[in-house]
Amino acid sequence: MTAGTAGTAMTARAPGTDAADAAAQAAREAVFDAAVAADERIEPRDWMPEAYRATLVRQIAQHAHSEIIGMQPEANWITRAPSLRRKAILMAKVQDEAGHGLYLYSAAETLGVSRDELLDKLHTGRQKYSSIFNYPTLTWADVGAIGWLVDGAAITNQVPLCRCSYGPYARAMVRVCKEESFHQRQGYEALLALSRGTEAQHAMAQDAVNRWWWPSLMMFGPPDDESAHSARSMAWKIKRHSNDELRQRFVDIAAPQAEALGLTLPDPDLKWNEERGHHDFGPIDWTEFRDVLKGNGPCNEQRITQRRRAHEDGTWVREAAAAHARKHTAQPGEAQA
Amino acid sequence: MTGTDTTTARPAPALGGAPARAALALGDDALVLAQRLGEWAGGAPVLEEEVALANIALDLLGQARVLLSLTGDEDELAFLREERAFLNLQLVEQPNGDFAHTIARQLYFSTYQHLLYAELAAGDGPLAGLAAKAVKEVAYHRDHAEQWTLRLGDGTDESHHRMGTACDALWRYTGEPFQPVDGLGTDTAAFEPAWLDSVTAVLTRAGLTVPDGPRTGAWAAGAGRQGLHTEHFGRMLAEMQHLHRSHPGATW
Repeated sequence: MTAGTAGTAMTARAPGTDAADAAAQAAREAVFDAAVAADERIEPRDWMPEAYRATLVRQIAQHAHSEIIGMQPEANWITRAPSLRRKAILMAKVQDEAGHGLYLYSAAETLGVSRDELLDKLHTGRQKYSSIFNYPTLTWADVGAIGWLVDGAAITNQVPLCRCSYGPYARAMVRVCKEESFHQRQGYEALLALSRGTEAQHAMAQDAVNRWWWPSLMMFGPPDDESAHSARSMAWKIKRHSNDELRQRFVDIAAPQAEALGLTLPDPDLKWNEERGHHDFGPIDWTEFRDVLKGNGPCNEQRITQRRRAHEDGTWVREAAAAHARKHTAQPGEAQA
Repeated sequence: MTGTDTTTARPAPALGGAPARAALALGDDALVLAQRLGEWAGGAPVLEEEVALANIALDLLGQARVLLSLTGDEDELAFLREERAFLNLQLVEQPNGDFAHTIARQLYFSTYQHLLYAELAAGDGPLAGLAAKAVKEVAYHRDHAEQWTLRLGDGTDESHHRMGTACDALWRYTGEPFQPVDGLGTDTAAFEPAWLDSVTAVLTRAGLTVPDGPRTGAWAAGAGRQGLHTEHFGRMLAEMQHLHRSHPGATW
């Protein structure tokens, strides 16, 4: 987008009439709308509607929070990974998630909110993270199931975000998606090893898939006719496809993969529909979805408590780093004085 | 982000006798410290440290895999040995404690490991190749530990106190690294003065007092290298090994 000075003009304006203000506002909106319509990227210096900014902050923050909360269920298995190779892969994956958190908090900072502010909102329950991480990782196979299904669903959601209208978010997502596709493959490969392994390993894999399948489908959010934010986000090209479209796309990808894995998906209604060219699947239990969203999932309390504890335990470390930095930057000034 | 080696091919054990035992000792150091650092995942004081600690852990795990594979099957060695068969230093098995304890452990160990690998890399022994690669990684680990020692020693009263306490608490494990290791092909005692000079300089710059307690104790001198560990170690191994051991013969 090129008409980036529209926003700064606002701060430097001379007192004018209401009519002139309204005309200037309409002009800014027109420039913004035209940029979105032309698939140009909105950049931090560009004027943008307040609601667009607020929507992005909400979405990017929720995404960043999901990355750092999402470290917990997988970190749960780092110390117990059954081979050194699996341990290295899992450590690298959890590290990637911390990195994704960093890119995303940085993208949010371009919209004028600080990481501290956003973390505070997470810790006090004023911003959310993906509900999927409120489910527990009970066995090693859950690590594989998360990679295959949860990261698979995340990729389906996130690939279109690489074309999102907001530049910093879109660029962060390009990097995130590259790493997510590695995560998804490692999950699939870990499950394949289990599925083809001993009877106990196969059973472990099947049990994990049974538990993660439905929550993964819920990751796409409520059905289109109940989705609170969808329509406007689509108009702004923050969102490119509807929840139900993406969910269908994911089911169509996952169903043949399950077969290749030698595992079944826990849905008796799942079958290929020749006429639609898609898989049909059974009804989703939205009561469970809403319950987990409300805070009644198996791990909501545990996840946020652990996050808060890490943050609080780290307060003295962050304060020390800040104090040390202040002393160092203060020194040259003091020497001159 | 550190890439991950996903190759499954395992080289045939290249070493036997005392050199194998020496490689195993260094491999165990790296493995055990990687395991400890892995416990931080999701709990670090700031997001940047999630990345940094994982990075260090991954480097160490990579070193461990090479070293263990020189002497046998890496997974059999990591998951099926009993506590008394591990040859790591007691220093690396010490619990993470608060962030200051983790940093003190990193400072003491990475300074030692950096000097050791530089020495091995300069020689022509069987570990020279590994050491040449690892010395670059460890230089970063050492820098990371030194920078945090400075920040914490110098930062606030609380951080100064915590860092001082941590340095004191782990000091008694810092004599062990310089006990002779058969088959290593280098005299670890020879670089003890350089270690002491370096650590003294960092602690002094950080405004911390160099601990004055003994650097070893009854049972502690060279004990880890002989398979004598602290009580913390058994629990760490139990957690690390239980899944692998629960499925004998399975592949993952």
